[in-house]
Amino acid sequence: MSEPLLQVEHLKKYYPIGGGWFGKSPQLVKAVDDISFTVRKGETFGLVGESGCGKSTTGRSILRLIEPSEGKVIFDGKEITALSPEELRRTRKDMQIVFQDPFSSLDPRHTVQRILEEPLIVHGMGNAKERQAMIQRLIDVVGLTQSHLQRYPHQFSGGQRQRIGIARALSLQPKLIVADEPVSALDVSIQSQVINLLQDLQEEFGLTYIFIAHDLSVVKHICDRVAVMYLGRIVEIADKHKLYTKPQHPYTQALLSAVPEPDPDRKPERIILQGEVPSPANAPIGCAFHTRCPQAMEVCHTHRPELAETDQGHLTACHLFTEMRATGQTHLA
Amino acid sequence: MAQATTSTNNAPVIQAEKVSGPWRDAWRAFRRNKIAMAGLIMIVFFVLIALLAPVIAPYDYKAQELADRLKPPSSEHWFGTDDLGRDLFTRVLYGARISLWVGTFSVVGSIILGTLLGILAGFYGKWVDMIISRMFDILLAFPSILLAIAIVAILGPSLQNALLAIAIVNIPTYGRLVRAKVLGLKNEEYITAARSIGMKDSGILLRHILPNSLTPIIVQGTLGIATAIIEAAALGFLGLGAQPPAPEWGKMLSDSRQFIATAPWTVVFPGVSIMLTVLAFNLMGDGLRDALDPRMKN
Repeated sequence: MSEPLLQVEHLKKYYPIGGGWFGKSPQLVKAVDDISFTVRKGETFGLVGESGCGKSTTGRSILRLIEPSEGKVIFDGKEITALSPEELRRTRKDMQIVFQDPFSSLDPRHTVQRILEEPLIVHGMGNAKERQAMIQRLIDVVGLTQSHLQRYPHQFSGGQRQRIGIARALSLQPKLIVADEPVSALDVSIQSQVINLLQDLQEEFGLTYIFIAHDLSVVKHICDRVAVMYLGRIVEIADKHKLYTKPQHPYTQALLSAVPEPDPDRKPERIILQGEVPSPANAPIGCAFHTRCPQAMEVCHTHRPELAETDQGHLTACHLFTEMRATGQTHLA
Repeated sequence: MAQATTSTNNAPVIQAEKVSGPWRDAWRAFRRNKIAMAGLIMIVFFVLIALLAPVIAPYDYKAQELADRLKPPSSEHWFGTDDLGRDLFTRVLYGARISLWVGTFSVVGSIILGTLLGILAGFYGKWVDMIISRMFDILLAFPSILLAIAIVAILGPSLQNALLAIAIVNIPTYGRLVRAKVLGLKNEEYITAARSIGMKDSGILLRHILPNSLTPIIVQGTLGIATAIIEAAALGFLGLGAQPPAPEWGKMLSDSRQFIATAPWTVVFPGVSIMLTVLAFNLMGDGLRDALDPRMKN
């Protein structure tokens, strides 16, 4: 097992809403509510969950593009959350992001040349000639051509723009790239091209990815380990194979049962969840999922289950397993 | 944005190989707008008149020929003469200098200050925004011409002070426009992207936010020149702007208003000049908005 590149410890991001003016304490939206995980060097770590569960907020809090409310992020031995603005600015070189929307993530007034050169200038890399060489290599690597350099973003298709976004993220030769739903805005045919590109680049440059997505098939294809999020919390982390074959958390099971099955003769059992996702401003007490969980018990209404190892390298936050562990222990005793 | 729509509207396949950029695309859209082009041509015409006034003008704008007072238009005096026997054609030509000068520079002044304040308010938010926005509110609470009169009254009547007053009065217009634009831009993903590559705030402001806030400023600025010209004429009319014998159009109107029945040409020519310049800037401003503002497109 390779060494950890990124450690996230008890990360929280709360947004106050309303109140605050006349001494009334504001209500808190718990977008990310106390999550911890480790990403190892060279792996692709998936972060999945439905819309609004806090995956993107997590990704951006790690890079401090959003200031986390609490918690620690340790990247490559450096405590990101404790860096001064200037130190952070310099550290950004090593951790980059690819955005979901390839249309709004490129400045419409800059040519591709300028978009790719900007990071190099910001970090004082090379002289004009060396930078030109780097840009030409970058544009090559992501499968675009020299003639594209003088064009503006609006002259490209979504897939091409995403390639430009990836080239920009690569330009600083980062160690970690947070890919924030990099393909969900693209056509399915283009999705696979971009995914393959990301995989090729990972191999070539030894990159580590945090891959945020809601498309479970894509995640299954690209990720090594996967964390499932629900209402700002991680409910399960496991190796890809374990997660897809033996999901433990009832939410993960429901989520996986919703993945479309290509074989029309196989009718997988669908777990249909009742109700809606509760508002993160008013998250349920105890296990966040108990309002919709088909197997909810008494304890789920009152106590929040901790994320704990249930199998080797398989972490689940569910009382079904705390129970199991507890009973297991009594048997042993 | 605007450019994206522009290029898709006119045959993207052929255009892709043409030299293209946000400004070029906007210019193409602008050129197709006949009314806006008419405005632009009128403005060019007035600018030429202003620049070439000493060459074209048949007389000295200060020269009084008391024997020729209030003469109607003739081959000798195309626009007639005023009550002091000065050639009105000459004075109207020279008046273009004053009006364009006041219009342009007061707007440039307001834009520089307004943009600076607006960017700070929008980008930094919180108490910075609070202070700057309240300052704008205070300025906007007064009718602009009243505020301009008050400022000129304090500084003393002169063309420079009128220009300054008009500039100050219009700061909030640009300031609020830029602030709103920056608030929108701040959440754009490419600003986050700029931050993620480690750009400093100053770099983000100069390279991303400012260039992308320019279009509404340009549109508003063009329309603002029209307003400023009217305000300058109004201050001149009230005797608070240009001082005699400066051939300011507003001042010419007020000097001649007692002769409106007997010598209407003394009022008509400066009046029409004000109207045409203001119209030209408004036409061009509207055309620019159509060319630059994506929301006006279908």
